[in-house]
Amino acid sequence: MANWKKITRRSFLVFGAAVAGGAAFGAYKVAEVPENPLTPSADAIPLNPWVIINGDGITVIAPRAEMGQGISTTLAALVAEELDVDWQQVRVLHGPPAQAYYNAGFVDRMSNEPDFFLSQQPKSHNAILAAVPKIFSLQITGGSTGAIGGFVQMRLAGAGAREALKAAAAKRLGVAPETLKTEGGKVIGEKTFTYAELAAEAVDMVPADVELRDPSTWRFVGKAMPRLDMVAKSTGTETFGIDIWLPGMKFATVRMNPKRGGAMLGFDPGPALDMPGVDQVIGLGNGIAVIASNTWTAMQAAALVTVDWGPADYPADTAKIMAQIETAFRTEPDSRLRDDGDVEADLAKGEVIEAEYRIPFLAHASMEPWNATAWLKDDGSVEVWAGNQAPIMTRDAVAAALRIDADRVTLHTPVMGGGFGGRTDPVPAVLAARVAAALPGTPVKVTWSREEDMTQDYYRPAAIARITGRLEGGKPTALWGRTAAPSAARNAMARLIGFAPPGPDRGTVEGGFDQPYGLPHYRYDGHIADLSVPLGFWRSVGNSMNAFFLESFIDEMAHAAGADPLAFRLELMKDTHAPSAALLETVRDMSGWDSLKRPGFGRGVAFCYSFGTPVAQVLEVQDTEAGIKLTRAWIACDPGLAMDPSIIEAQMTGAMVYGLSAAVQGAINFADQQVVEQNYWDYDPLRMHTTPSFQVKILQNNGTFGHIGGVGEPGTPPAAPALANALYDLTGTRARELPLNKTFTFAV
Amino acid sequence: MPVTLTINGTSRDIDLPPEVPLLWALRDGLGMTGTKFGCGVAACGACTVLIGGQAVRSCQVPLSDVSGAVTTIEGLGQPDNLAPLQEAWIKHQVAQCGYCQSGQIMQAAALLAETPEPTDQDIDAAMQGNLCRCGTYPRIRAAIHDAALMMKAG
Ligand code: FES
Ligand code: FES
Repeated sequence: MANWKKITRRSFLVFGAAVAGGAAFGAYKVAEVPENPLTPSADAIPLNPWVIINGDGITVIAPRAEMGQGISTTLAALVAEELDVDWQQVRVLHGPPAQAYYNAGFVDRMSNEPDFFLSQQPKSHNAILAAVPKIFSLQITGGSTGAIGGFVQMRLAGAGAREALKAAAAKRLGVAPETLKTEGGKVIGEKTFTYAELAAEAVDMVPADVELRDPSTWRFVGKAMPRLDMVAKSTGTETFGIDIWLPGMKFATVRMNPKRGGAMLGFDPGPALDMPGVDQVIGLGNGIAVIASNTWTAMQAAALVTVDWGPADYPADTAKIMAQIETAFRTEPDSRLRDDGDVEADLAKGEVIEAEYRIPFLAHASMEPWNATAWLKDDGSVEVWAGNQAPIMTRDAVAAALRIDADRVTLHTPVMGGGFGGRTDPVPAVLAARVAAALPGTPVKVTWSREEDMTQDYYRPAAIARITGRLEGGKPTALWGRTAAPSAARNAMARLIGFAPPGPDRGTVEGGFDQPYGLPHYRYDGHIADLSVPLGFWRSVGNSMNAFFLESFIDEMAHAAGADPLAFRLELMKDTHAPSAALLETVRDMSGWDSLKRPGFGRGVAFCYSFGTPVAQVLEVQDTEAGIKLTRAWIACDPGLAMDPSIIEAQMTGAMVYGLSAAVQGAINFADQQVVEQNYWDYDPLRMHTTPSFQVKILQNNGTFGHIGGVGEPGTPPAAPALANALYDLTGTRARELPLNKTFTFAV
Repeated sequence: MPVTLTINGTSRDIDLPPEVPLLWALRDGLGMTGTKFGCGVAACGACTVLIGGQAVRSCQVPLSDVSGAVTTIEGLGQPDNLAPLQEAWIKHQVAQCGYCQSGQIMQAAALLAETPEPTDQDIDAAMQGNLCRCGTYPRIRAAIHDAALMMKAG
């Protein structure tokens, strides 16, 4: 018998016990049964924080935000699995900011152990990430944790609701609940009742103990379910944040200091105010906002405001920034999360292979630009609509900015037109609230221009890696990797909570230290560069950096050994982690690896284990008269329990496209302390005609039953090295710097 | 002086200056938010609508230059009355975040009107102005082929 109240508590005690002191907050707060933040109405009766019974079906309150990753559908399937409703009866909404919607999955992302042996190891915890739940109050979408976090919680919510409904029916009929069945949104006994008829009585009958169904009986989980948002998203009827439209609303835009972090010394609104349709130009301290009758006029007018920008405190341009990152190699390592064997002794034995790799800053560039709508009411309260990954933190930041209590802020989290990690900061909600405060009583929608979205982003760090390795008789014996980068986590924490917690920074080295390569001597160091360029979490975070370094270097070693790069990896992995090795064999067979080698074509392989899911990719490239084309890609992944194969296939494909887009052309550069790239014409992702075809295979051997790896991020890290390795195979040129269009000419 | 346009078969008055692009007249002036803003510079295709049957980037067309009937995603079909393209989009579960899909579907509508049985090369040529940051291109391609078959079968 599982008890959903107890499970909540236990998840947190595990976490609390492992982190001395600091976790008392987490353990204490959620040891109490979460308060139900939902209020009943005539046709909507909440049975617990996750399930509302309506007249014609159920509404699942998804504790995670929908950014395209399909999590709302998967979470709803988990509830439906226990609650016995037909799929057409299921709707899903995002919950309000509330403690009940904590993300239990985040606990699994707080370790400094390599993911691939997490299941066998006691967990040690990372001080920086241990602070995350406290800051975000755990209602956070990130770290590819949505499915694992909801796996037990959402089924218990469904089962608890079912048993309550049965109890209500049993009472009416004067029979034992065990004699009743549930099906298609009804309780069936000698008489049949719809859930809606019973809901009001069932509210007080939610049992403490429920038994979860045997997985062999599952009807929804593990199947490709039609996504609940698909019709709306195919008809233009989905309401994204940018689509909030209220009668009488005004439209605004912002223009913030392009020298990030610098102050605004002064501005002249004159010419902007002369434009027809412009209402107001507002100073925001480090930027301006223009309120107008429509967004276009606001954007045109914002460009006309002359502003005197104060300087930032980072170096002027990309070259100087990279030079500053390079100095981090001279400092003591911040982390050495892997140190197998005796690397120094082995490398001292003889000829070594060395390489240095460099990668640039990257922007998220989601299709929906940053935006938020705010409405300051006459009573001093504020209503805000803002796509965000952390509702409690966002609500509190709005309250702090307006100097009002948090309970005076009503925050809505509409679906997001992409996120990729770029909607963690509360900036859009806060600025919209401040703009709306200048126009009390009138709702104002603030939309960032694409140029502002690109130049005011929180970037994936630029980084440099130096890796040294040694081969003996064609076999690799040692590898010592060192990555130098500013820390995205510390940079973001400093911004969000005012201090950067100490401790080894996993993000700088993940994807490098934690891979299932069984080299006898394997060490990985992180060196943190001191740099104040604003940074954030970019799809797959540090894995996107270190997978390029490590997987390029492994390829270099394979070629130095005269070995097949796929067989070389397989040999290193087969005794360390069998499910990972199986993926390499799978992509080898799917792609017909041996047959890919032919004149005019190149093939590359890469692998990365991240967020609980190992992924292997093979990419084929072709030399054409128009330039190099990416022709075909094969992906094999093993998330453990595959919750929805269609969503997983889409996420694996999309994540690889995202990684390839960055690898081919993605770079954020600085000149005069300002970001150079402005829009999609100079930050141009892959398009229909430049995207390869895909084949995806999902294996389910990883971990013990109930292991659910992430699916939104793990497809990104292997993309760049797979492409670089394929280009080496095609041309004999090894590119050690991204983006690859610096070295190669691609067909465009 | 409001500008009068025919949008999805209905005459609509828009009380915005004539230099405001059609995109913003739809979204801000009329609250028709199915058509999306992505870049404002003809680089993403999110704002694609049909004017006189031709696919255009509505972020680039001032109201004063709109010289034909406008069809937006709302006019192509509705949740209870889907166009074949939309049915194909749902069948192939194309959308991820979905933000680009209005533009993708309108561009595909123009393609199929001109080329009822497009090849992969036709699709590449017609769709390359429409970005999808979620990388749904393979499913978009499959859905267009399928919609072509559905429309042929009637
Ligand atoms: S918004 Fe018009 S093409 Fe991007
Ligand atoms: S579905 Fe997200 S941008 Fe295309």
